[in-house]
Amino acid sequence: MYMAKLYELLLKDVRFREGLNACMNCGICTAICPAAEFYKYDPRQICNLVQSKDEEKIEALLKSETIWYCGQCMSCKTRCPRGNAPALVISVLRKLSQELGYFTESEKGRQQYAINRAIGENIVSIGYCVTVEKIVPEMHPEQGPVWEWFYNHAEEVVDRLGGNYKKEGPGALRIIPKESIDEIQKIFQVTGGTKLHDNIESFSENKSLELGITSNKSIEGNDYFMHVFTENSDHHQK
Amino acid sequence: MEIKKHYWNEYQKEIADNNYFYERSCIRQTFFPGSEATFLKILRQELGKKIVDDPKIHTCTGIGYHSDVVPFDTTMTICARLFSLMNGAELKNYVPSCVTSFGIFNEVIETWKHFPEELEKTRENLRNATGREFEIPENIAHPSDIIYKFRKELKLKMKYQLVNKVTGKPLKVVEHIGCHYSKIFSEASIGGAEFPHVLAGMIEEWGGEVIDYPERRHCCGFGFRNYLVMANRGYSIANSKKKFESMKPYKPDFIVSNCPGCAMFMDKWQYTIAEMEGITYDNQGMGIPVLTYEEMTGMLLGYNPWDIGLQIHQVQTEQLLDKIGIEYDQKDKYIGKSGNYLGVPEKPKNLRV
Repeated sequence: MYMAKLYELLLKDVRFREGLNACMNCGICTAICPAAEFYKYDPRQICNLVQSKDEEKIEALLKSETIWYCGQCMSCKTRCPRGNAPALVISVLRKLSQELGYFTESEKGRQQYAINRAIGENIVSIGYCVTVEKIVPEMHPEQGPVWEWFYNHAEEVVDRLGGNYKKEGPGALRIIPKESIDEIQKIFQVTGGTKLHDNIESFSENKSLELGITSNKSIEGNDYFMHVFTENSDHHQK
Repeated sequence: MEIKKHYWNEYQKEIADNNYFYERSCIRQTFFPGSEATFLKILRQELGKKIVDDPKIHTCTGIGYHSDVVPFDTTMTICARLFSLMNGAELKNYVPSCVTSFGIFNEVIETWKHFPEELEKTRENLRNATGREFEIPENIAHPSDIIYKFRKELKLKMKYQLVNKVTGKPLKVVEHIGCHYSKIFSEASIGGAEFPHVLAGMIEEWGGEVIDYPERRHCCGFGFRNYLVMANRGYSIANSKKKFESMKPYKPDFIVSNCPGCAMFMDKWQYTIAEMEGITYDNQGMGIPVLTYEEMTGMLLGYNPWDIGLQIHQVQTEQLLDKIGIEYDQKDKYIGKSGNYLGVPEKPKNLRV
């Protein structure tokens, strides 16, 4: 019934065609991979599985934890004797998993909801992936007390260091002008960025209902956000 | 010898001499805002170069792209808008502050070379969304490439060297290259992925000694989604820890990175490991100071350490300043733009400050 549908969808992405050519399964990608050292993760096996074009196995992969372990450091690209990039293959698998809603079937996949709410919404609303005010000390205890001091005195410190904190004009951490934000939003609409955002939102909302965990339009007071942001079943390591 | 010389030519890259268009970095602005100001000051005031800092620029989407919440078509078109702004400034040399951005721009342009239909699609997408057109930059250089290019000229202006003022010996320096500087497109970096020389060249020119330790090329552990989501941060800290354990026997005086994320993680994870396990990677319980290459350059040029941002590092940098003999005013450290004293950060339980 599948008739190579998933594999054909993967092939549509140029990064898949660029990233996986005649893999000979030597395993050097796995040998160099930081994620393979930390997680139950093996990029060699993923390339092997995808090359098999076995639709059932590819579907299982798209629903699995496995594709979410890669840290995108791209060390695999450096070492592959064929010039392949398993990390690019991973990016395409993740894209398809989100288009089909399969990402909500895994604990690591469900985290896309939190990333989308944080990083994704920052980009279209303020024009930055992150800024000082988004690194809230309570959510980032690892940042330590100097960060908390900086966070509490951001304008005084940033401006002393030559920045232009949340003001118009050039300089670090300035306000991105409305004209730029408007164009970013239009680009997202035209190129599928908004659609991906909406996909992640709607599939995640369905999952939150299925799990009986409430979500809302913001991050604060959003139980589903905190659930996916903090849940760690501890079954991911070797 | 001629054959050898030719061989090494493959590991060089062209870096524009002047007239740059600067793209600020989300991560560098957030964690090291003083580094960006320092870089611009060095280029304009020390080297007399033209570099445009256009307030209309914005994120390249890099963190979102590599954490899979931004499609590649969107990223390519956002990059195209940034190129369009560069065209508007009548410049051809693009200088992205962030190493992630540097990788993104190289990936996008390489894709357009291999798949011309993607370039045409991007042109159409940008036109439909904004009415803009764009031309691809003639030269893309990371700011660390530019500092490397002018390292000899800068040395002549430096007040200090990477030398221990008491022993007269070179400081031992760990240089950490951000993965996306050289691992994706090695030809886009100085020295390639195997022998990246961009930071080593600065360190050696300025009197220091580069430490060659086993995990020198291992990732800092950022891992995009592996740090962004709290549940995954074990991955990030474990990778940094692997590097710290590997470099510790070589007794580094400091770490320097050309990637803002790497510099931040290697600073903050030392604090976290100290608080969790009581371990530090120096002999005094203070940790190994971590600098950006802009901070290292500014520090040696004699800029006030508290004007370039060394006070917002968790691992304190005074131990390094004292080794070199750099003068500083401790009372000035926590003064804000208004001239007001902002108080001191809380002391960690384990990490000595």
